[in-house]
Amino acid sequence: MPKPILTIKNLSKKYGGNVIFQDLSLTVNEGDTIVIIGPSGTGKSTLLRCLNLLTKPDGGQIWLDDQEITAKGTDEDHVRQHIGMVFQNFLLFNHLTALENVKLGLVRVKHMPEKEAETKALEELARVGLADRAGHYPGQLSGGQQQRVGIARALAMDPRVMLFDEPTSALDPELIGEVLEVMRKLALEGMTMVVVTHEMGFAREVADRIIFMEKGSIVEEGSPDALFYHPKFERTREFLWKITELYGKKEAQA
Amino acid sequence: MNFGQFISYIASGTVYTVGVTLVALPSGLLIGTILALLYVYGGKTAARLMNLYSTIFRGVPPIVLLFILFFAVSKGINLSAFWAGSFSLGIVSSAYQMEIVRGALLSVSGDQLMAARAIGLSRLQAIRYVVLPQAIRLAIPPWSNEAAIIIKDSSLVYALGVPEILRRAQLIGASSQKYLLAYLSAAVIYFLLVFATSHLLSLLEKRLAIPSNP
Repeated sequence: MPKPILTIKNLSKKYGGNVIFQDLSLTVNEGDTIVIIGPSGTGKSTLLRCLNLLTKPDGGQIWLDDQEITAKGTDEDHVRQHIGMVFQNFLLFNHLTALENVKLGLVRVKHMPEKEAETKALEELARVGLADRAGHYPGQLSGGQQQRVGIARALAMDPRVMLFDEPTSALDPELIGEVLEVMRKLALEGMTMVVVTHEMGFAREVADRIIFMEKGSIVEEGSPDALFYHPKFERTREFLWKITELYGKKEAQA
Repeated sequence: MNFGQFISYIASGTVYTVGVTLVALPSGLLIGTILALLYVYGGKTAARLMNLYSTIFRGVPPIVLLFILFFAVSKGINLSAFWAGSFSLGIVSSAYQMEIVRGALLSVSGDQLMAARAIGLSRLQAIRYVVLPQAIRLAIPPWSNEAAIIIKDSSLVYALGVPEILRRAQLIGASSQKYLLAYLSAAVIYFLLVFATSHLLSLLEKRLAIPSNP
């Protein structure tokens, strides 16, 4: 019996008169890797930001485990430490070393003693293969390394679920692999993940479910095989064809 | 009076010049930083009030404020010329320093705040541990400018009778009739103070610089 970790019901978000998405419902079960794809401007990033309350949804409800986090009086800071987020532009704290980036939340949010936090932070850096870069500042790391520190920073909080907002879109092609590798490993370890990405290879290989979003609503969702080989809608087929054309060339040749 | 005595008479005013600066600059920084935080993170009403504060105090010559505080206010609360002068300069400076800190806060990308909130830091924690440490580094170069201005503006308290460098130069110049030498000596001392301060601050800037690859 799958256990839902995130339950989203009839969620909607507007900016001014602009509807970003509407009546969106989605369940993320424990251990699931869900990949959200779709043209830019369809509200994928906004959806992720609503999930950890960085942006307030205008309607609908979200549950994290059994707690409705859209309810009035919810302690948002408390909710956020259970939902890890990885950003397109890494957003590491520029004035802190890799180790300090990972440690900050442990010390200030989880109130862990300094020593213990340091040990844990080093473990998380080792998990993404960067133990030897602990003392480096973000400006001294490559994009791929920065993103892996970003992942370690989120993982350190022991989140229930990890949200990835186009984690490889800002990377040079040769750096994408190392980040996807870490994500693949996480998925295998059973981490619950919601990933917005254009990396179709990753989606096909790792996703339990792919969701195709367009113009603020879910057009189609299903297993990678179902979506790639038997899409129900013409629009899904068109998009997948286009995106594979754009991003999948190397893969096809390999 | 020989040359050495002449110079040391003027130079002994440095204590007051440095004293006024050491009161005005930090008090201006403290007030300026708090007001800048309110300006940037306190909502629309606070921003409007802070803007008004900045407009008023940047629009009045420091010497006028000095006189107001000394003659109007200090009568009531018995403020000495030194403290009245130092605080007036501090208040004037707080308006400028608020703008310096505000600019620095705004230069730290809002995304940094968002990333900090995303790991569960409260808004205050995010500002304290993520935004402010970066903003302070950005603020040092313009702040060094303000420090130089305050060191020089500390000479204004001479108008209240505080025996600082300029006041002493004026006195000894008048009594010895060596005006040029007196004021030149004062100029050199001020210059050395400003030069040393700027140099120290630029060392601090280098020391605090965040390492990165070229």
